[in-house]
Amino acid sequence: MPKNGVLDPQGKAIENSLSQLGFENFSKIRLGKIIEVEINEGEEKAIIVAEEMCKKLLVNLIIEDYEIIYDREK
Amino acid sequence: MKASVIVFPGSNCDRDVAVSIKKITNLDPIMVWHKETTLPKSDLVIIPGGFTFGDYLRCGSIAANSPIMIDIIKKAKDGLPILGICNGFQILTESGLLPGTLIKNDCLSFICKIVSIRVENNQTSFSNKYKKNEIINIPIAHNEGNFFADNDTLKKIEDANQIIFRYCNVNGEINNSSNPNGSIKNIAGIINENGNVLGMMPHPERATCNITKLYDGENLFKSLAESLF
Repeated sequence: MPKNGVLDPQGKAIENSLSQLGFENFSKIRLGKIIEVEINEGEEKAIIVAEEMCKKLLVNLIIEDYEIIYDREK
Repeated sequence: MKASVIVFPGSNCDRDVAVSIKKITNLDPIMVWHKETTLPKSDLVIIPGGFTFGDYLRCGSIAANSPIMIDIIKKAKDGLPILGICNGFQILTESGLLPGTLIKNDCLSFICKIVSIRVENNQTSFSNKYKKNEIINIPIAHNEGNFFADNDTLKKIEDANQIIFRYCNVNGEINNSSNPNGSIKNIAGIINENGNVLGMMPHPERATCNITKLYDGENLFKSLAESLF
Protein backbone atom coordinates (compact mmCIF):
# COMPACT_ATOMS: atom_id res chain seq x y z
CA MET A 1 0.00 0.00 0.00
CA PRO A 2 1.16 3.59 -0.54
CA LYS A 3 2.45 4.98 2.76
CA ASN A 4 0.43 7.56 4.61
CA GLY A 5 1.41 11.00 3.38
CA VAL A 6 2.51 9.76 -0.04
CA LEU A 7 0.33 11.20 -2.76
CA ASP A 8 -1.84 8.47 -4.27
CA PRO A 9 -3.25 9.98 -7.46
CA GLN A 10 -5.05 6.77 -8.38
CA GLY A 11 -6.82 6.63 -5.03
CA LYS A 12 -7.81 10.27 -5.55
CA ALA A 13 -9.25 9.53 -8.99
CA ILE A 14 -11.26 6.59 -7.66
CA GLU A 15 -12.54 8.81 -4.84
CA ASN A 16 -13.75 11.43 -7.33
CA SER A 17 -15.43 8.83 -9.45
CA LEU A 18 -17.25 7.29 -6.47
CA SER A 19 -18.45 10.75 -5.42
CA GLN A 20 -19.84 11.30 -8.90
CA LEU A 21 -21.73 8.02 -8.56
CA GLY A 22 -23.43 9.45 -5.50
CA PHE A 23 -21.51 7.68 -2.73
CA GLU A 24 -21.14 9.78 0.39
CA ASN A 25 -19.50 9.59 3.81
CA PHE A 26 -16.35 7.87 2.70
CA SER A 27 -12.74 9.02 2.44
CA LYS A 28 -9.11 7.99 2.31
CA ILE A 29 -9.19 5.67 -0.67
CA ARG A 30 -5.75 4.17 -1.25
CA LEU A 31 -4.88 1.83 -4.07
CA GLY A 32 -2.28 -0.86 -3.47
CA LYS A 33 -1.53 -4.29 -4.83
CA ILE A 34 -1.60 -7.92 -3.80
CA ILE A 35 1.26 -10.17 -4.84
CA GLU A 36 0.71 -13.93 -4.45
CA VAL A 37 3.65 -16.26 -4.15
CA GLU A 38 3.94 -19.97 -3.40
CA ILE A 39 7.04 -20.81 -1.39
CA ASN A 40 8.03 -24.43 -0.92
CA GLU A 41 8.94 -24.08 2.73
CA GLY A 42 7.21 -24.39 6.08
CA GLU A 43 5.31 -21.38 7.41
CA GLU A 44 8.11 -19.91 9.50
CA LYS A 45 10.76 -20.11 6.75
CA ALA A 46 8.28 -19.02 4.06
CA ILE A 47 7.57 -15.81 5.95
CA ILE A 48 11.28 -15.08 6.29
CA VAL A 49 11.79 -15.63 2.56
CA ALA A 50 8.75 -13.48 1.71
CA GLU A 51 10.13 -10.74 3.94
CA GLU A 52 13.42 -10.85 2.05
CA MET A 53 11.60 -10.75 -1.31
CA CYS A 54 9.71 -7.65 -0.17
CA LYS A 55 12.86 -5.82 0.88
CA LYS A 56 14.89 -6.75 -2.19
CA LEU A 57 12.34 -6.25 -4.94
CA LEU A 58 8.63 -6.39 -4.26
CA VAL A 59 8.29 -3.23 -2.18
CA ASN A 60 9.73 0.25 -2.52
CA LEU A 61 10.05 1.18 1.14
CA ILE A 62 10.29 4.90 0.35
CA ILE A 63 6.66 5.00 -0.73
CA GLU A 64 5.07 1.70 0.22
CA ASP A 65 4.15 -0.26 3.35
CA TYR A 66 3.57 -3.99 3.21
CA GLU A 67 2.04 -6.81 5.15
CA ILE A 68 2.73 -10.53 4.72
CA ILE A 69 -0.28 -12.80 5.06
CA TYR A 70 0.30 -16.55 5.19
CA ASP A 71 -2.59 -18.40 3.62
CA ARG A 72 -3.07 -21.78 5.27
CA GLU A 73 -6.03 -22.65 3.04
CA LYS A 74 -3.96 -22.99 -0.12
CA MET B 1 35.28 9.92 -24.07
CA LYS B 2 34.16 6.29 -24.39
CA ALA B 3 30.53 5.88 -23.41
CA SER B 4 28.56 2.70 -22.80
CA VAL B 5 24.81 2.67 -23.36
CA ILE B 6 22.97 -0.07 -21.48
CA VAL B 7 20.21 -1.79 -23.43
CA PHE B 8 17.39 -3.57 -21.59
CA PRO B 9 14.31 -5.27 -23.03
CA GLY B 10 12.01 -2.29 -23.53
CA SER B 11 14.70 0.41 -23.78
CA ASN B 12 13.63 2.73 -26.58
CA CYS B 13 15.91 5.76 -26.38
CA ASP B 14 19.17 3.80 -26.57
CA ARG B 15 19.76 4.55 -30.24
CA ASP B 16 18.76 8.22 -29.89
CA VAL B 17 21.28 8.71 -27.13
CA ALA B 18 23.92 6.88 -29.19
CA VAL B 19 23.32 9.33 -32.05
CA SER B 20 23.73 12.28 -29.65
CA ILE B 21 26.97 10.87 -28.24
CA LYS B 22 28.33 10.27 -31.74
CA LYS B 23 27.39 13.80 -32.79
CA ILE B 24 29.07 15.47 -29.81
CA THR B 25 32.13 13.23 -29.34
CA ASN B 26 32.55 11.80 -32.84
CA LEU B 27 32.88 8.38 -31.21
CA ASP B 28 30.39 5.56 -31.32
CA PRO B 29 29.31 4.42 -27.86
CA ILE B 30 29.38 0.74 -26.93
CA MET B 31 25.91 -0.78 -26.70
CA VAL B 32 25.87 -3.13 -23.71
CA TRP B 33 23.14 -5.78 -23.29
CA HIS B 34 21.73 -5.94 -19.75
CA LYS B 35 22.69 -9.59 -19.34
CA GLU B 36 26.40 -8.80 -19.52
CA THR B 37 28.09 -9.07 -16.15
CA THR B 38 31.07 -6.76 -16.76
CA LEU B 39 31.05 -3.28 -18.21
CA PRO B 40 33.49 -2.67 -21.05
CA LYS B 41 36.11 -0.07 -20.22
CA SER B 42 34.19 3.21 -20.33
CA ASP B 43 34.40 6.79 -19.10
CA LEU B 44 30.63 7.18 -18.93
CA VAL B 45 27.62 4.88 -18.60
CA ILE B 46 24.23 5.94 -19.92
CA ILE B 47 21.01 4.24 -18.85
CA PRO B 48 18.54 5.36 -21.51
CA GLY B 49 14.81 5.94 -21.46
CA GLY B 50 12.16 3.40 -22.33
CA PHE B 51 9.77 1.03 -20.64
CA THR B 52 12.09 -1.69 -19.38
CA PHE B 53 10.27 -4.94 -18.70
CA GLY B 54 6.99 -3.23 -19.55
CA ASP B 55 7.16 -1.11 -16.37
CA TYR B 56 6.02 -4.24 -14.49
CA LEU B 57 5.89 -4.10 -10.67
CA ARG B 58 7.29 -0.54 -10.51
CA CYS B 59 9.04 1.42 -13.26
CA GLY B 60 12.70 0.41 -13.32
CA SER B 61 12.43 -2.14 -10.51
CA ILE B 62 13.12 -5.24 -12.62
CA ALA B 63 15.89 -3.57 -14.65
CA ALA B 64 17.56 -2.42 -11.42
CA ASN B 65 18.15 -6.12 -10.73
CA SER B 66 19.52 -7.06 -14.17
CA PRO B 67 22.96 -8.75 -14.14
CA ILE B 68 24.85 -5.70 -15.50
CA MET B 69 23.59 -3.54 -12.62
CA ILE B 70 25.87 -5.28 -10.11
CA ASP B 71 28.96 -4.03 -11.95
CA ILE B 72 27.38 -0.60 -12.60
CA ILE B 73 26.60 -0.14 -8.89
CA LYS B 74 30.12 -1.23 -7.92
CA LYS B 75 31.80 1.11 -10.43
CA ALA B 76 29.44 3.99 -9.63
CA LYS B 77 30.57 3.71 -6.02
CA ASP B 78 34.17 3.95 -7.27
CA GLY B 79 33.27 7.21 -9.05
CA LEU B 80 32.39 6.17 -12.62
CA PRO B 81 30.03 8.78 -14.14
CA ILE B 82 26.51 7.44 -14.76
CA LEU B 83 23.70 9.28 -16.55
CA GLY B 84 20.14 7.98 -16.24
CA ILE B 85 17.49 9.53 -18.45
CA CYS B 86 13.75 9.09 -17.81
CA ASN B 87 13.34 5.32 -17.22
CA GLY B 88 17.11 5.39 -16.60
CA PHE B 89 16.45 7.81 -13.70
CA GLN B 90 13.80 5.42 -12.35
CA ILE B 91 16.29 2.54 -12.58
CA LEU B 92 18.90 4.56 -10.67
CA THR B 93 16.51 5.31 -7.80
CA GLU B 94 15.32 1.69 -7.71
CA SER B 95 18.93 0.49 -7.56
CA GLY B 96 19.66 2.83 -4.67
CA LEU B 97 22.26 4.88 -6.57
CA LEU B 98 20.05 7.96 -6.26
CA PRO B 99 17.80 9.02 -3.38
CA GLY B 100 14.03 9.35 -3.63
CA THR B 101 11.73 7.71 -6.14
CA LEU B 102 9.41 8.53 -9.05
CA ILE B 103 5.68 7.99 -8.71
CA LYS B 104 2.72 8.47 -11.03
CA ASN B 105 2.23 11.97 -12.43
CA ASP B 106 -0.28 13.88 -10.32
CA CYS B 107 -2.36 14.57 -13.44
CA LEU B 108 -2.70 10.77 -13.87
CA SER B 109 -1.81 10.88 -17.53
CA PHE B 110 1.21 10.35 -19.72
CA ILE B 111 2.82 13.69 -20.56
CA CYS B 112 4.75 14.22 -23.79
CA LYS B 113 5.75 17.82 -24.37
CA ILE B 114 8.60 20.31 -24.38
CA VAL B 115 9.17 21.88 -20.96
CA SER B 116 11.44 24.58 -19.59
CA ILE B 117 13.85 23.56 -16.88
CA ARG B 118 16.26 25.72 -14.89
CA VAL B 119 19.88 24.77 -14.29
CA GLU B 120 20.19 24.95 -10.50
CA ASN B 121 23.77 23.74 -10.18
CA ASN B 122 26.31 24.06 -12.98
CA GLN B 123 29.25 22.89 -10.88
CA THR B 124 29.03 19.27 -12.02
CA SER B 125 30.64 17.37 -14.88
CA PHE B 126 27.13 16.97 -16.35
CA SER B 127 26.14 20.64 -16.31
CA ASN B 128 29.26 22.84 -16.41
CA LYS B 129 28.61 24.07 -19.96
CA TYR B 130 25.36 25.68 -18.84
CA LYS B 131 25.12 28.95 -16.95
CA LYS B 132 23.68 28.86 -13.45
CA ASN B 133 19.92 29.55 -13.61
CA GLU B 134 19.95 29.14 -17.39
CA ILE B 135 16.51 28.19 -18.73
CA ILE B 136 16.64 25.36 -21.24
CA ASN B 137 13.94 23.63 -23.28
CA ILE B 138 13.95 19.85 -23.22
CA PRO B 139 11.19 17.33 -24.01
CA ILE B 140 9.63 15.11 -21.37
CA ALA B 141 7.69 11.88 -22.08
CA HIS B 142 6.62 9.95 -19.02
CA ASN B 143 3.80 8.62 -16.88
CA GLU B 144 5.79 8.25 -13.65
CA GLY B 145 7.98 11.33 -13.36
CA ASN B 146 6.66 12.70 -10.10
CA PHE B 147 9.76 12.88 -7.91
CA PHE B 148 9.14 12.01 -4.27
CA ALA B 149 11.42 11.87 -1.25
CA ASP B 150 10.75 12.10 2.48
CA ASN B 151 11.47 15.40 4.22
CA ASP B 152 14.85 14.38 5.63
CA THR B 153 16.11 13.16 2.25
CA LEU B 154 14.77 16.25 0.57
CA LYS B 155 16.52 18.54 3.01
CA LYS B 156 19.77 16.64 2.54
CA ILE B 157 19.73 16.86 -1.24
CA GLU B 158 18.75 20.52 -1.16
CA ASP B 159 21.47 21.42 1.34
CA ALA B 160 24.11 19.58 -0.67
CA ASN B 161 23.09 21.26 -3.97
CA GLN B 162 22.14 17.89 -5.43
CA ILE B 163 19.17 19.32 -7.34
CA ILE B 164 20.51 20.00 -10.84
CA PHE B 165 17.33 20.79 -12.81
CA ARG B 166 13.90 22.12 -11.80
CA TYR B 167 10.80 22.57 -13.94
CA CYS B 168 10.08 26.29 -14.50
CA ASN B 169 8.12 28.56 -16.79
CA VAL B 170 9.62 30.50 -19.71
CA ASN B 171 10.69 33.23 -17.28
CA GLY B 172 12.46 30.76 -15.03
CA GLU B 173 9.83 30.96 -12.28
CA ILE B 174 9.36 27.81 -10.27
CA ASN B 175 5.79 27.30 -9.10
CA ASN B 176 2.86 24.90 -9.27
CA SER B 177 1.78 26.00 -12.71
CA SER B 178 5.25 25.28 -14.11
CA ASN B 179 5.27 21.81 -12.53
CA PRO B 180 4.10 19.28 -15.13
CA ASN B 181 3.91 16.16 -12.97
CA GLY B 182 3.68 17.07 -9.26
CA SER B 183 7.37 16.56 -8.46
CA ILE B 184 8.36 17.79 -5.01
CA LYS B 185 10.03 21.23 -5.33
CA ASN B 186 9.65 20.95 -9.12
CA ILE B 187 12.61 18.56 -9.22
CA ALA B 188 13.48 17.38 -12.74
CA GLY B 189 16.98 16.04 -12.13
CA ILE B 190 19.27 15.22 -9.21
CA ILE B 191 22.83 14.09 -8.65
CA ASN B 192 24.24 11.79 -5.98
CA GLU B 193 26.33 13.01 -3.07
CA ASN B 194 29.63 12.25 -4.82
CA GLY B 195 28.57 14.08 -7.98
CA ASN B 196 29.07 11.19 -10.41
CA VAL B 197 25.51 9.83 -10.83
CA LEU B 198 22.88 12.06 -12.44
CA GLY B 199 19.24 11.15 -13.04
CA MET B 200 16.79 13.33 -14.96
CA MET B 201 13.29 12.86 -16.36
CA PRO B 202 13.68 15.26 -19.36
CA HIS B 203 15.34 13.82 -22.48
CA PRO B 204 18.47 15.81 -23.42
CA GLU B 205 19.15 13.42 -26.33
CA ARG B 206 15.93 14.64 -27.95
CA ALA B 207 17.31 18.18 -27.92
CA THR B 208 20.46 17.65 -29.95
CA CYS B 209 19.23 17.35 -33.52
CA ASN B 210 17.64 19.05 -36.47
CA ILE B 211 14.55 16.86 -36.38
CA THR B 212 13.21 18.33 -33.14
CA LYS B 213 14.81 21.73 -33.75
CA LEU B 214 15.88 21.73 -30.13
CA TYR B 215 19.52 21.95 -29.17
CA ASP B 216 19.55 22.71 -25.43
CA GLY B 217 20.53 19.13 -24.59
CA GLU B 218 23.86 19.45 -26.41
CA ASN B 219 25.60 21.22 -23.56
CA LEU B 220 24.95 18.31 -21.23
CA PHE B 221 26.85 15.94 -23.51
CA LYS B 222 29.49 18.63 -24.18
CA SER B 223 29.95 19.10 -20.42
CA LEU B 224 30.60 15.37 -20.07
CA ALA B 225 32.83 15.16 -23.14
CA GLU B 226 35.00 18.01 -21.90
CA SER B 227 35.12 16.84 -18.27
CA LEU B 228 35.90 13.24 -19.12
CA PHE B 229 38.49 13.61 -21.87
